[in-house]
Amino acid sequence: MKTGKVLPVACAALALLATTGAHAEDGYDAPEEWPSPMAAHPVWAAGFDRLEYAWPEGEEESLVWDFEAWYGGDISRVYLKSEGENAMGDGDSAEFEGLDLRYSHLVADFWELQGGIGYQGGVGSSDHPERFYGVVGLQGTAPYRIETSLDLKVSEDGDAWAHLEAEHDVRLTQRWYLQPRVELVASGTDVEAFHMGSGLNSLNAGLRLRYEDTRKFAPYVGAYWEKRYGNTADMARSHAEPSETTGLVAGLQLSF
Amino acid sequence: MTTNNAAGLTLSRRQLLKRGAAFGLGASALGLAPAWADPWGQSNAYPQGAVEGNDIALAIRRETLEINGRSARPITINGTSPGPMIRLREGQDATLRVTNLLDEPTSIHWHGLILPAQVDGAPGISFAGIDPGETFVYRFPVVQHGTYWYHSHSGLQEQLGHAGPIVIDAAEREPFRYDREHVVMLTDWTYEEPASVFRNLKSAEGYYNLQERTVADFLAEVRENGFRETARTRAMWARMRMSSRDIADVTASTYTYLVNGQAPEQNWTALFKPGERLRLRFINGSAMTYFDVRIPGLKMTVVAADGQPVQPVPVDEFRIAVAETYDVIVMPEADTAYTVFAETMDRSGFARATLAPRLGMQAELPERRRIADRGMEAMGAHDMDHAGMEDMDHSRMEGMDHAGMEGMDHSRMEGMDHSRMEGMDHAGMEGMDHSQMEGMDHSRMEGMDHSRMEGMDHSRMEGMDHAEGQRAASPANAQGDLLPAGTAQPGSQYDQAGIGIDPDERRILVYRDLKAFRPWPDRRGPEREMEIHLTGNMERYMWSFDGRTFSQVDGPLHFRKDERLRLILVNDTMMEHPIHLHGMWMELENGAGELIPRKHTINVKPGERVSALITADAEGSWAFHCHLLYHMDAGMFRVVKVS
Repeated sequence: MKTGKVLPVACAALALLATTGAHAEDGYDAPEEWPSPMAAHPVWAAGFDRLEYAWPEGEEESLVWDFEAWYGGDISRVYLKSEGENAMGDGDSAEFEGLDLRYSHLVADFWELQGGIGYQGGVGSSDHPERFYGVVGLQGTAPYRIETSLDLKVSEDGDAWAHLEAEHDVRLTQRWYLQPRVELVASGTDVEAFHMGSGLNSLNAGLRLRYEDTRKFAPYVGAYWEKRYGNTADMARSHAEPSETTGLVAGLQLSF
Repeated sequence: MTTNNAAGLTLSRRQLLKRGAAFGLGASALGLAPAWADPWGQSNAYPQGAVEGNDIALAIRRETLEINGRSARPITINGTSPGPMIRLREGQDATLRVTNLLDEPTSIHWHGLILPAQVDGAPGISFAGIDPGETFVYRFPVVQHGTYWYHSHSGLQEQLGHAGPIVIDAAEREPFRYDREHVVMLTDWTYEEPASVFRNLKSAEGYYNLQERTVADFLAEVRENGFRETARTRAMWARMRMSSRDIADVTASTYTYLVNGQAPEQNWTALFKPGERLRLRFINGSAMTYFDVRIPGLKMTVVAADGQPVQPVPVDEFRIAVAETYDVIVMPEADTAYTVFAETMDRSGFARATLAPRLGMQAELPERRRIADRGMEAMGAHDMDHAGMEDMDHSRMEGMDHAGMEGMDHSRMEGMDHSRMEGMDHAGMEGMDHSQMEGMDHSRMEGMDHSRMEGMDHSRMEGMDHAEGQRAASPANAQGDLLPAGTAQPGSQYDQAGIGIDPDERRILVYRDLKAFRPWPDRRGPEREMEIHLTGNMERYMWSFDGRTFSQVDGPLHFRKDERLRLILVNDTMMEHPIHLHGMWMELENGAGELIPRKHTINVKPGERVSALITADAEGSWAFHCHLLYHMDAGMFRVVKVS
């Protein structure tokens, strides 16, 4: 049963891998040893959308990261994505909320469909519960320039959950940006180990003020509000965590 | 066309310099600036620089030089970047030996020259390229005259200054007179590696744009146009996820703009004697930058475009697209300095030189203009919902007033004739439903204003003809259903200077002004039309023809040998594209009838539809591409095979 749910995800990812390989050199008598007149060359990008220190009210301070790297051409790319945090002072190691390897295919001007596998758990330790999952994602820019990503994940145990992120840059000047940001998590089942209740888990809304010293180096400060709902909120309370919290952040947006 | 090893040649730098001097190029700024950028230029009275270029050697290197006082790593040709001027004479046989001293393959393409395919210099199409350490000998008869240029056609080398001017003296007297000439070569230099520029463009849209709209611009627009109108316009751009300030992909935030290798602060100076007629040979050798060129205080008379003589056009300013050349005549009478001001189209920066009777003089810099916002025409070109509308042509519908029409239902309008509608205003039409309109004729509608029309549904309108006149019925049309030769396509904007230019401010050159000095020899009308769409995805920095990048297409475009072809270019993007065809002239059908001008590079504005007649007499395979370097590299490139 477990594999039965992971399998369709893997199939979808493989279907995406099928690309055509036409040769533009065909038909104009160029000897084989000549170079292509205009070779398509893959590029790469890597960076932290967020690398921040958070001061939540009533919870432990933590270091949070949201990292993404890709390599590929116009249509097909391979992504490495990672989100996670290291709660300070709890003695535990850092924890991946997700460490994903994905294949991505451009399906519309502004949208790419992604499929892959991921890991949730400790960073090189067994301090945290672990699971592997398959993921299908839709990532792109929605109308009104809203950077959006929607992930559907199914774990090896058959648990399914969804993760939506949306953010938008308001350009105050050519260097200063105000970024509202929303994050939603919902789950199909109760998963006690990961503090997930069935239904809407949490809503996180934040606002960050960023200064782009360069396009590759941009420090920011911000604040957020987060609320947990339903069974998720109950689970949090049973672990002496609040169901609603606010926090301050300071961090860096980096690209390499 | 022989190849031999550079080791046998041992071209030392000193020998090259000596050779340069022997060719009369002068030695004024060796190692820093090309010798042809001599302040006295070339004079008819004292032909100090006439090069008998029967055998020219060019050595390509990557070396450390100063550009604008800062250490840089350009590609040099015989020790300078840009490279030496190649001066040829119409009717001669040219021999050019190009030695590659780089550690990667290179090439030189002779931009605008009509020559056999094997010596055109586009690697992978007509030759293999020049490997490191090798010398390739280009030999070809020189069959034309005028101002051209040369540049690498390998990778992104052109961005590193691998380019230079070509001047070909006419065999017969040219139809204008001048006492002295200067080459004014415009380039854009970056200290970044070109590959990282490309990667930045790929990884973040607007990476180099530091003139985007801000909250302050929004408030200013509210003050001017009111909140409702501003919110509506801006929401439209935001919905389409495009920037109305997307005018240049690469800007002054990384570029230093150079005249003959010199930055604005260095102020390259060209000398004249008051009363002389000066011929200025402008070449846009930039990788990515369009310039608007003027010389405050002097009228410029355009006498040649892309090297080919045109009937004189007196102007105050001209826009020069990437890879174009314009020859202008100026007549400074006073003993004073003049600024040659080349402002970039996005207004982020400028190149500058000085015309003066003596070195050390300078004139004031004119006031800079602010970046313009693109309007509806660029948007309409791209992303509006035109589902099911095919072959529609709304050209020449200008200034109409349909104000106050809301909630109209135009469904099931069939066979209407809207011809000769002039001066209408369609502003403020909302929520209209034009579905199921068939067979309408909107020809000859002029002066219409369709601004502020939102939420219209034009779906399922088919077979409408909004063109001026009915093509097939035109008695002047000898080619069946094709427009007669030289006619401007509906959808062309040859009488418009383009984004960021106020035509009332001063006299600007437009394509409509260009008329060949005399008709070109092939007077045949078009036998066939080929339509190519210029396409792109700004968000991903994907650029292509007909929606497919070079790596996605199967085989070449095919021109039949000796056919007379009409090439129609339709720009579906919101950027300008300078489209270049190797090996054959494009006769730009700008409405000048039999005096349509010849061009090697045609600027196509956003949303514009242009056409050119081509005599496909050049057998072989040729490159056809957007001359914005990073657009070409992204895949806006095709091979044309003539057979």
